[in-house]
Amino acid sequence: MTCTEFLKILDDVIDESIAVETRTEIEAHLRKCGHCEVVLNTTRKTIEIFRCHEIYEVPTEVSERLHASIMDKCKKAK
Amino acid sequence: MSTIQPIAVPDEQHPDVALVQRVRAGDIAAYDTLVRKYERQIFRIAQHITQNREDAEDVMQDAFLKAYEKLDQFQGNSKFYTWLVRIAVNESLMRLRKRRTGKLVSMDEDVTTDEGSVPRDFADWAPNPEQNYTQAELADILRKTIQGLPQGFRVVFVLRDVEGLSTEETAETLGLSVPAVKSRLLRARLQLRERLTRYFGRRAPAIAQAAAAPGGDGAEA
Repeated sequence: MTCTEFLKILDDVIDESIAVETRTEIEAHLRKCGHCEVVLNTTRKTIEIFRCHEIYEVPTEVSERLHASIMDKCKKAK
Repeated sequence: MSTIQPIAVPDEQHPDVALVQRVRAGDIAAYDTLVRKYERQIFRIAQHITQNREDAEDVMQDAFLKAYEKLDQFQGNSKFYTWLVRIAVNESLMRLRKRRTGKLVSMDEDVTTDEGSVPRDFADWAPNPEQNYTQAELADILRKTIQGLPQGFRVVFVLRDVEGLSTEETAETLGLSVPAVKSRLLRARLQLRERLTRYFGRRAPAIAQAAAAPGGDGAEA
């Protein structure tokens, strides 16, 4: 497996939708290619960081105001 | 040896289905539950697309109101959440269009470039690199990083990786093909990784110092 081939299936590796036989090839490639190993690990970490950290924090009072406004509009709508 | 059992497909109903039915029957409290369940996600998606707090607040309200008014049109062959997200995405794009005085805004914007689709920086990251920053600093880094992505990549990444929609649901929501979603997702992930390496790579402090120094050659990196 070449780096280009690995890169093509990187998403499937991350999403764990890889056939068993390909998995062995991937593992062999990663053992000898430090760059691809770093790309895989840091891409996984990238996703994890974005998933675990709220970057658009909404203060509770804003959230409550918006919620009340939505429900108010819905009640008037019907 | 046991005989092969037919694959049991239990007719398990998503909890939202019952709530939607109650709303249709006139129970507004059931809608209150649905709004509470998804308001944060819808706000985040709107904020990611519009990049504007005020617009995101408006989009969130409009999306929930529209969903309520059009609930009779909801077919039930997709999840309520996916349907709601689609409304929010459309509302967000409309809002952007208004801001850009009618200029067409679509999901295909800026996606023709191949920039960032091949990794260039192979510096490994420190273990748990986010711990080197305060919550506020980290949020700032992540905002800057994701805001730099082309719109069509950013939305795919947000729906698929942050909000947890499947590839198929993301495609359906954005009106894109599954291969298009996959290609954008890969490029979004790689570009974000590349950008975060500037902050989280093991030699990041040296670069940060060079960038901070007047005339430092790290500034344009």
